[in-house]
Amino acid sequence: MVKDAAAPIIRKKNWNDYVLLALRSPRIARRTRPGQFLMVRVSNQPYPLLRRPLSIHARERDGVEIFFTRAGVGTAILADKKPGEMLDILGPLGKGFVLPRVPKGKTFCLVGGGRGIAPLYFLARELQAKGGHPRVFYGGKTEADLPLLQKFAAQKMEVFISTDDGSLGFPGLVTTMLEKELARSAPPAWVCACGPDPMMKRIAEIATERKIPAQLSLESIMGCGIGACWGCVRKVLRGGSAEWVKICEEGPVFEASEIIWGEKWDE
Amino acid sequence: MNKTKTPDLSVDLGFLKLRNPVIAAGGTFGYGLEFKPFVDLDRLGAIVVKGLYLNPRPGNPPPRLAESASGLINAIGLQGIGVRAFCDEILPQLEGLKTPLIVNVCGETDEEYAAVIDFLNKDGRIDAYELNISCPNVEKEGRCPALSPDHTYSLVKLARETSRKPLITKLSPNVTDVVSVARAAEEAGSDAVSLINTLLAMAVDVETRRPRLANTLGGLSGPAVKPIALRMVYQVASALQIPVIGMGGIMTGRDALEFLIVGARAVEVGTANFVDPGASVRIIREIQEYCREKGIARVRDIIGTLKTEGA
Repeated sequence: MVKDAAAPIIRKKNWNDYVLLALRSPRIARRTRPGQFLMVRVSNQPYPLLRRPLSIHARERDGVEIFFTRAGVGTAILADKKPGEMLDILGPLGKGFVLPRVPKGKTFCLVGGGRGIAPLYFLARELQAKGGHPRVFYGGKTEADLPLLQKFAAQKMEVFISTDDGSLGFPGLVTTMLEKELARSAPPAWVCACGPDPMMKRIAEIATERKIPAQLSLESIMGCGIGACWGCVRKVLRGGSAEWVKICEEGPVFEASEIIWGEKWDE
Repeated sequence: MNKTKTPDLSVDLGFLKLRNPVIAAGGTFGYGLEFKPFVDLDRLGAIVVKGLYLNPRPGNPPPRLAESASGLINAIGLQGIGVRAFCDEILPQLEGLKTPLIVNVCGETDEEYAAVIDFLNKDGRIDAYELNISCPNVEKEGRCPALSPDHTYSLVKLARETSRKPLITKLSPNVTDVVSVARAAEEAGSDAVSLINTLLAMAVDVETRRPRLANTLGGLSGPAVKPIALRMVYQVASALQIPVIGMGGIMTGRDALEFLIVGARAVEVGTANFVDPGASVRIIREIQEYCREKGIARVRDIIGTLKTEGA
């Protein structure tokens, strides 16, 4: 992991509250794997104080892309940044997805809800490069929550789309669409997913029922992103016992079978 | 003086000489190793490693953090690996470190503090203990020994009898009269006091009407607390004979200098490490630049030089 105190924004796209920033940072691009994240400083003023953890959305030749929504005071400041401005970033952080040897003819189901799609583009590209066949399940509340459809389609990926309000694609939750597709096709080697906690919990159930291994990328407020503050823990099985494990250091991606659900935050 | 000459940043705590007054604060610097990719640890004045109990400790359920205006509220609950794992797994990785190492000592009972000290006494790589008697996140309603001068006295006395190393007592700001608690620590034989720990605080999510921390209450740190911290350090440094280590919201060299001017012999940098893992070294550089600009040959010459009379 490195600190890049002045990574220039070289490109920006936005769709209402969804924002994509391309940053030039050769050192981070060189080191990163799918599922890792950046800690982005949004202001050099004391408020907002903390960096924001954001998934790496894509790796380019000498930089990375981040994709996020205008969700609060920090991401709103970030969303207003313009090409040419510099960002202070730490990365790549966390362990990311584990990419085992890709078995011949096997598929990978990548499931993303809303901004949770962010790390899955990088993962899908990496799987393609290794000869795997990613099938992307991309869901949102409405059509406007699926701004990256064309981007996936342009890479000739199989994309399944769903909207809660039925405005585009499968009408209903992305997890229901996944369930239906799993019921009628050969089991994938892995399910990999990123999104809000209730969605992650449901995917863990679906994958466990079918005995398909799943890797889930979890979200949390983070103090530091480097394992020093112990603020971003989740309960995870380690050597047979449940422990509070740091998402920033040992995650953000965990195997579905090791995450212990049913704690206070997903009531 | 010659303005290009490198100012002498060293300070003397009496029991420990530091190459500069900037100490990485306990609970914000992990076990030191986390910062190796970002900071040359040998450039720091000292490192206080995360609080240690006798045994591993699970800590509080999440959410453990809530951001507030210019501040951070935490309720980590001192999750940690315990003294044995620290000595067996962490200390060997810090081999060769030139910076003094201070262990932040915790306990559920007074006896546990003594047991932690007893366990660590034989380890020559540890230079001092910081008694963490002021964490607001481990007992109900933020209770801790540092809320009471009597409890502070008896606990520090027990630690003093057990310890073969210098003792720094870390004080709580959640009291009416911080000087009386500081005096109790001094009378019980503490070699120094450090302050402030976090201010008892809370935050509410108005959408759900739930507390934003699973623990309901937490401790506030960051720039928001600096004026309160500075006031308390000023009061304590004015009243005590033993050295005072100041902390609370230090983000820049000028923040650190404020604490030195009101009488702190050294400072600890905490929450700033989260915002910028290189903050401690940047702050050292900024203090050096200030001294050079003002023609101050030795930073220790500005300790306790607050001017309160005249224009």
